[in-house]
Formats: sequence, C-alpha cells, structure tokens
Amino acid sequence: MSTLIQCQNVTKRYGNTVALDNVNFAVESGHIVGLLGPNGSGKTTLIKLLNGLLVQEEGQILVGGNPVGVQSKAMISYLPDINYLDMSKTVENIAKTFALFYPDFDMNRAYDMFNRLRIDTKKPLKHLSKGTKEKVQLVLVMSRRAQLYILDEPIAGVDPAARDFILKVILDNYDSNATILISTHLIADIENILDQVIFINDSHIVGQMTVDDIRANNGMSVDAYFRENFRFADPALRAFMEDGKGEN
Amino acid sequence: MAWEFDSNKPIFIQVVERLQNDIVTGVYKPGDKIPSVRELAMAAGVNPNTMQRALQELEHTGLIYTNRTSGKFVTDNVSDIQRANESAVDKTVKKFVEDMKALDVKGEEILELVKGAIK
Repeated sequence: MSTLIQCQNVTKRYGNTVALDNVNFAVESGHIVGLLGPNGSGKTTLIKLLNGLLVQEEGQILVGGNPVGVQSKAMISYLPDINYLDMSKTVENIAKTFALFYPDFDMNRAYDMFNRLRIDTKKPLKHLSKGTKEKVQLVLVMSRRAQLYILDEPIAGVDPAARDFILKVILDNYDSNATILISTHLIADIENILDQVIFINDSHIVGQMTVDDIRANNGMSVDAYFRENFRFADPALRAFMEDGKGEN
Repeated sequence: MAWEFDSNKPIFIQVVERLQNDIVTGVYKPGDKIPSVRELAMAAGVNPNTMQRALQELEHTGLIYTNRTSGKFVTDNVSDIQRANESAVDKTVKKFVEDMKALDVKGEEILELVKGAIK
C-alpha cells in the first residue's frame, strides 16, 4: 500500500469565495473511498483539482507522487458529474475513441459490460435514456485499467435495480491495487462497498475514517451519522429551518 | 440466500457471522472450497477489503484454511465446526434471554413460554 493522493494545505478560491480552505488529507492505494458532503461543500471542486481542471491558489496536490499534470492524468479514470460525450455518436464509436485516447482502455471489458447491460452499441447516445447514458459513461470509465478512479455522483440518476448493477460493476472491476474515490450524497446506497469515508463540509475536510469504525463507535450507519452531524451544515438550509420554527 | 445487513453494526462483524453461519449450517460443508474474495464480495455487495478481513478472521478461528495454490477451504475438522455451532447457539440463547428481560419477562416465565411455543 502506498500513498496515492496527497493534498497539502490546498486552498481554492473563486473570486472572494473560498471553495476549499487549507485542505490536508492522504489516500492510499487499494481502497474504495467515499467523498461525502452536503451540496456546495467543495466535493466537485476538490475532484476538479485532482483532475487538473482547476488549479489551486495555494498548496500542493500529488497523485502517485507526481504533481497534477500529464503523468497524473494518465493514472486517473474520471467520471464527471455531467455528460460530456458527443450525443450524436454511437456507443461503438465512443468506445473506439476511448481506446484511441487511453492506452489502458480494455475494449473486451467494455463490451462484456455493454452486453450484460443489454446496451445496443449501434445506437447514438441521444437515443438512449438518461439512465442508460449514465451507464455507458460508467462502463467506459471503469473499462480503463487505471490506478485511480474518480467517480463524481455515479448513481445520481438511476433506478434502484440499475444502482445495484452499477455497484456490482464497480466491485467487479475493482483491482486491489487501484483506489476508487466516489463522491455522493446518496450515502445509504453505497456505504457497504466503501471501506473509508472522507467528510467534507463548508470547504474543510472534517473527518477521514473507516466505515466500520463509524458503525462500531456510534452504533449507527454512516448515513445516519452523516445526517446527525451535517443536518444543518448548509447555512441557507439552517436559516430556512430556523425561520420555519420561529413562525410556529 | 441474499445478503442483508443491519445498518447499525460494523459490516465486518456481520460478514464474519454470516460466513460462520453458512459453515455451521452446512451451506459450505467440511472440506468445501470457499468462493474467491471477489466473488464473495460481489455476492454480498461489500468492499473486497472487508471480505478479505472476514476470511482472515475465520482462518484465525480455524473454520477455514488456505491452500497456497488452490484457495480457501472449510476445515475438515468437524469438532471445530461443532464448537462454532455451540458458540452460535449459546449466543442466540443469551440474546433471546436479554430480549425477554427487556420485555420484563423473567426466569421461569421464559421457560414456560418457550415450552408453550415448542408444543
């Protein structure tokens, strides 16, 4: 086990707004890690920094010992929270593009999953349902033999049956030397496959623990723990709830 | 049988208990090969590291052993399995008595109720 991600004193601002404030944490290889936090806490900003889509104002990020750049990008397979694929292309064509772009892309692995999901690879993406589009993206991302998979909200738009399948896809393709970082607010659906969680709140990392430690120490699921500790974490939500109370 | 988890208890403990139960009740018989960590993790829908630790725990208690070239197997030692069964029965009884006490049913009363239920 070696250190795969190292964030040291990382600060990211958008104008006067601080999105990440002096963030420090490390993630080892060989884990499935949940990045959990309320809306607007800084999850996606952190993920974009790891992928080099944004640059921090202060601090250092190392992935596999390298600063974010060409080498780190080759190690990371990233599922963004938005659909970025060309909708007019067929699934087959997109898979071919992936194979051209990424030397670690495994076409057999992708087709095995497309077949099991009964996805028609001859169809253009725009003719597929929202859930199926999400599945196509996930299959493509998980078909790379990367060292770090970063999945931003992978289960947000799918029904429970598809969600179970997605979790199986993640487990099936997980290799014990790789790490998967999954950001989500749907904790209950995913916590059984995580071994570690990082809590992010209000631009700060507020905890990094194992799932079973949380359960053993608090006698509750990670989901319940999160609700209890971050229920009123969003200032706007807190103000709204308190206003409501005042009127009653 | 599908795997179900109580959300308030560590997953690791529940996986160990389930596998112990599967061995004690003969889902896996003495000498049977145990599926791989990956297969078990997929079936249970849990983290492979958790499954790995659970199998190590079972190996530690002697219920399974590793053959270096061919995987993990249930022990051939029936008395080890017998012992695990007795401990599982013991635990279930203790928990039952605790639950009954919580419902304010005590001593002889529990015995009478159990006798009634068995008939």
